[in-house]
Amino acid sequence: MVDDKKTEKKPKRVAVKQDLRETNTGAKVQLYYDPTDLPGFAYETSLGNPGQYPYARGIYPSMYRGRLWTMRQYAGFSTSENTNSRFKFLLNQGQTGLSLALDLPTQLGLDSDDPLARDDVGKLGVAIDTLKDMEEMFDGIPLDKISTSFTINSTASIILAMYVAAAEKQGVNPSDLRGTIQNDIIKEYIARGTYIFPPEPSIRLIGDTIEYCVKNIPSFNSVSVSGTHICECGATPTQGIAYPFLTGIAYIQEVLRRGYGIDDVASLLSFHLIAGGVQFNFFQDIAKLRAARRLWAKIMRERFHSQSEKSMQLKFSTGGMGGGMTEQQPLNNIARISFYALAAALAGSQSMNLPCFDEAYAIPTDEAIRTSLRIQQIIGYEIGVPDVADPLGGSYYVEALTDAFEKEITGEMERIDAMGGILRCVEDGTIQRQLAEQAYRVQKKFESGELVKVGVNRFRIDEEDRELEVFEVDPKTLSRQISRLKQVKADREQAKVAAALRGLKSAATEKTNLMPFILEAVKAYATVGEIVKTLKEVYGEAQHLSVF
Amino acid sequence: MAEKRTIRVLIAKPGLDGHDKGAKVVARGLKDAGMEVIYTGIRQTNDAILRTAIQESVDVIGLSILSGTHLSICEELMEKMRKENLRDVLVLVGGIIPKKDVGRLKEMGIAEVFRPSSTLSDISRFIQSSVSM
Repeated sequence: MVDDKKTEKKPKRVAVKQDLRETNTGAKVQLYYDPTDLPGFAYETSLGNPGQYPYARGIYPSMYRGRLWTMRQYAGFSTSENTNSRFKFLLNQGQTGLSLALDLPTQLGLDSDDPLARDDVGKLGVAIDTLKDMEEMFDGIPLDKISTSFTINSTASIILAMYVAAAEKQGVNPSDLRGTIQNDIIKEYIARGTYIFPPEPSIRLIGDTIEYCVKNIPSFNSVSVSGTHICECGATPTQGIAYPFLTGIAYIQEVLRRGYGIDDVASLLSFHLIAGGVQFNFFQDIAKLRAARRLWAKIMRERFHSQSEKSMQLKFSTGGMGGGMTEQQPLNNIARISFYALAAALAGSQSMNLPCFDEAYAIPTDEAIRTSLRIQQIIGYEIGVPDVADPLGGSYYVEALTDAFEKEITGEMERIDAMGGILRCVEDGTIQRQLAEQAYRVQKKFESGELVKVGVNRFRIDEEDRELEVFEVDPKTLSRQISRLKQVKADREQAKVAAALRGLKSAATEKTNLMPFILEAVKAYATVGEIVKTLKEVYGEAQHLSVF
Repeated sequence: MAEKRTIRVLIAKPGLDGHDKGAKVVARGLKDAGMEVIYTGIRQTNDAILRTAIQESVDVIGLSILSGTHLSICEELMEKMRKENLRDVLVLVGGIIPKKDVGRLKEMGIAEVFRPSSTLSDISRFIQSSVSM
C-alpha cells in the first residue's frame, strides 16, 4: 500500500523555538529547549548526584554499575510442575528474578473445583489451591537465593503466607525472603478487576500484610503500587503516576494509624510504573519517571517528615504492557519493546517486565518471552547503556519535561484529593468514568489516523494469512489440578483446618491483624477458596460498577 | 414504511477476567454509532448474560474475551441460546482470539470475531449490515 506524501513544496518558514507541536500524548513541545526553559534550575536541589536527594538521577550512587535492573518476564502456566520447569528454564537463561502469574481463580479466591473457575483454571497463570502447590512450584529452587514477584492482589495475604510456609519447609528463614507481592487493591477497582471484598476491609488486609512484613520480612516489598494497568485502561502519563502515588499514600496512612512511623513503612512499598504502552512517548516516559522519583522524595520528606533515605527513594519496576502491541506486522513489536526497555533503562528503573511481540495473538510463547528477555540483555550487556548513570540528565528538553511532569502530577493529586481522595473517587466511579472516556478518545484518534500506529494506520501491508505459533495451555490442567486438590483435602487433618478457619473468622470480626491466622490456616492446608469464603462471611463482597 | 428501530446491543464480559477497557470502548463506540448499548460489567456467567439479553430483548450480544477461555465459554453460551430459542440474536466475539480458533467459533454460530486489528467502525458496520430491521 502506498503512503500518500505531499509533493508540493511548502513555503519556507523561519524556524521558531516557541512553535508548539502537540505530541502523541497531547503535551505541547517546543522546537528546541535551552537554558531559559529551566528557570530556577540548580544542580544540587533540582537533581543531585545519583543516590542523593531528591534522587532525580536515580536512587543508588553507582546505579547500574552496582547492579543492573532485575530482568523479569511474567510467567506461570497451568500447574505448579509446569511452572517449576518454566522457572528453571528462565533461571538457566540468565533471568535474575521470577515474576509469577497466577490464574484468575487463585486471584479471585476460587478453588480449582469451583464451578465458576472451570474455564479459567491454569489459563493466565498457575493454579494455586493449597500450600502443596506452592511447595511444588519452588521445588529445587532455593527461596533465599531468588527474588520472586507475585502478581496477586485481593488474595495476596494468602499467597504471601504460603510463600513463607514453603520457605520454612525448605529450611529457609522467612526473614531472608526477597520479592514483591502486588497487593494493590485500589487499581483493581479501577482497572484490573480482581477485587473480592469491599474497599475498606481490603485496605485493612493490605495494612495487615505490610505490618507483617515490617516485623518479619523487612526486605520484602509488601506492596507494588501499580500505575501500569490504569494506563492501559486510559490513564494519561500524569495520572499513571498521580494515582499510584495517592494509592501508596492511602496504604501508608492505613499503617501509620496503627502506631508505626513513616520510616517503618515507606521503604516496604515499591511501584510498578509504565514505560511504554498505548500512549508511549520516548522522552516523556523517561522524564515522567525522573519526575516521579523527585516528587516522591519531596512528599516523603516534606509532608511525612521522613528521616530515612530509604523512605525517600522511590523504588520502581517498569512494565511496557501489551496494549501497545499490534496484531499487524507483529515483528514490529520487537522494535517497540526495545524502545520501552531503553526508556526504562535511561530512566533508572530497578526492574523490567516487557510485553511480548505476540501479545495480540495469545499468551506469549517461549520464543516471544525469550526475545523480550534478550532485549533487556542487549541493552544491559551489549550496547553500553548501563555504564553511565542518568545519561540524559542535564538535557534542556528532558529537564524541562521533568519539571513540567512534577507540576502536573502534583496538580492531579491535588485535584483528586479535593474531590474527596482516591478511595472516594474510585468508589463512586469518577475515575473509572474518566479513564473510559480517555481510552475511547485515544481509540478514536488511532482510527482517524490522528495518532500514528505504524503497520496499523500507516505503512500497512497485505497480511491476510499471517499466523503466529501460539502458546497452548495443557488441556489436562483442570482435571490434574482438581485431583491434586482432592488428594490434599483427603490427606490433611480436617479438625486442624476447621479450627484455623474458625480462628480466622473471629480475628476478622475483631479486626486484629489476620496474617498469623492466615498462616496457620495455610499450614493446615486450608484452600485459598476456604480462606476467602471465611473472610467473605465477615466482609461481604464488593459491588461491580459498569460505567462506560 | 415503518420507522427504523434502534439496534439494541448487550456488551458482556463473561468469565473471571476483569480487563474491560476494550468492552467499554466498544460499548461507547456503538452508542455513538446510534445503537442502544447495555454493558453487563465484569465477571458474568453465561446464564446471567442470557438473562439480561432476554430481559432487554437485545439484537446483538458482544462478548469480550481476552483470557484464552473463548472456546469453552462460547460453546456453552451458544448451546444455551439454542435451548432458549434465541436464534435471531447476533453473537459477536472480540478480544485476544487466535486466528486458528475463528473457524471453530463460527461453526458454533458466532457471527463474527473481532481481533485486535479491528476498528470500531468495522464492528458497527458489521452490526448494521447484519441485524435485520
